[in-house]
Amino acid sequence: MSAGIPVQYFLILATVMFFAGVYGFLTRRNLITILMSVELILNSVNINFLAFNRYLYPHKMEGMFFSIFVIAVAACEAAVAIAIIINIYRRFTTINVEDVNEMKF
Amino acid sequence: MSLENFLIMRQELLMVAVVLILLMAEIFISQENRKHISTFSVVLFSLVTIAGFFPSPSGSLFGGMYIASGTTTIMKNVLNIGILLVIIQSITWLRKIENSEKVSEYYILLISTAIGMNYMISAGHFLMFYIGIELATIPVAALAAFDRMKNKSAEAGIKLILSSAFSSGILLYGLSIIYGTTGTLYFSEVSKLFTSNSLQTLGFIFFFSGMAFKISIVPFHLWTADVYEGSPINITSYLSVISKGAAVFVLVIILFTVFTAIVKTWQSTIYVVSVLTMTVANLFAIRQQNLKRFLAFSSISQAGYILLGVIGGNELGMASIIYYILVYVFSNLGAFGVVTAISNQSGKENMDDYNGLYHTNPKLSLIMTLALFSLAGIPPVAGFFGKFFLFTAAAQKGFYLLVLIAVLNTIISLFYYLLVVKAMFINKSDSPIEKFRSDFPTRLALGICIAGLVITGFASVIFDAIRNLSFGI
Repeated sequence: MSAGIPVQYFLILATVMFFAGVYGFLTRRNLITILMSVELILNSVNINFLAFNRYLYPHKMEGMFFSIFVIAVAACEAAVAIAIIINIYRRFTTINVEDVNEMKF
Repeated sequence: MSLENFLIMRQELLMVAVVLILLMAEIFISQENRKHISTFSVVLFSLVTIAGFFPSPSGSLFGGMYIASGTTTIMKNVLNIGILLVIIQSITWLRKIENSEKVSEYYILLISTAIGMNYMISAGHFLMFYIGIELATIPVAALAAFDRMKNKSAEAGIKLILSSAFSSGILLYGLSIIYGTTGTLYFSEVSKLFTSNSLQTLGFIFFFSGMAFKISIVPFHLWTADVYEGSPINITSYLSVISKGAAVFVLVIILFTVFTAIVKTWQSTIYVVSVLTMTVANLFAIRQQNLKRFLAFSSISQAGYILLGVIGGNELGMASIIYYILVYVFSNLGAFGVVTAISNQSGKENMDDYNGLYHTNPKLSLIMTLALFSLAGIPPVAGFFGKFFLFTAAAQKGFYLLVLIAVLNTIISLFYYLLVVKAMFINKSDSPIEKFRSDFPTRLALGICIAGLVITGFASVIFDAIRNLSFGI
């Protein structure tokens, strides 16, 4: 394989990114930052797919295509989420999740 | 491949055509004809629903990415009936002045999610499955935030889109591990290459957690109650019946066809999760006052019962799940239909407001009672047979303790369903909801629900037909 970076490095990077995303999703208080954490999770998935495809199954392109679709769907998700966030800003005049809590147990 | 092969995915193509027609109608229709868009959509979608019942060819398309069989067709038909009922129920709400500009938008988004669900059920490759599941959830988030002027609706929308994006991220991470260990994403090939090594099991656990978010099984159910309470009430019924039903169907198909090598693992996972779901959701449902929240927790506990059909991995289990979802469509949409009618009329959604409803609106109270009896599983209505088949399917494989827990939970659920019945029939109220006559679409939808409840309970033809098309591991 070309560059000589072992596949494990990519997988470690992806795992760290995934759990950083999960941590961010659970601890951040700003809606935009939460959305960024979700994107981090999806990007870690992309790295996983690309590394597996390039190193283990280079004769087939399934992983590459999957990550293209993940990128496209993530863009749709971000578009809808940001539209709703704008509406939340208009209604609540804040995008801090601690203030957006009309409903509770 | 000739063009005739595309007839295999006739159902989806028809829905795409409906969406395109509605988009064109939105552009070209004149201002005074706009009020007919609802009727027009109902007619178009009922044509699609009827077309689904004609025998259709089975086979696969796009190199095995899309698979149609008798099982997927009957699952789609069950969902179509539910979507049609939701569309009819929402006409009254869409006639309100604040929604007059957004009527066709509503139908376009709703039918888009239906397309997503159909592709997800027919998937033969994880890519198709992923795109289907996203197409089925993203428009629902837009619909949950449909009441632009209400704080709660916006809050429900953001909670739904963020938790569904997070859950699909987890699901995708599981898929990437499965891809890394097997080198393929086709269902048929993954099932051959899947062994029970620990990395693949980890991938399966990630995948299952993602699906559990979508079905709102207990450790992953926290978004459900808030989203259900904040969304417009028709979207709540859509989420609790159709979205959940589609996700259950696809989970059953994938567990029965792909993860056959680790049956023991997913059986023990589902065992724990199912007990938790039934018990926790029932205990929370007892203390709810808002009826939408109440029905949200009741629908979470219903998901727990449905898992009893999954756990055995037998053909009776799949048949009973399809049958139960069919019954659940009628009973839950009946209950939601009554809540919708009353909410449209008076804006009241709390249990105390229902005190003395029987004296002012006897028909609505009777429909609500029948629907709740069916949800609880009391004999004369179809819900009893649904639960009976589910429990039989689990008992056939020897999960007696689980069935016992489920039966005990049914008793708990009977308590809180009867609380609503008691409020309507026995409790006195100084200011009951006034007597009113609902308009034609509401009455039509409720009539279909009641007819469905009675007919699916008594006509054994339906269960036999479903059973012939089901399969086990």
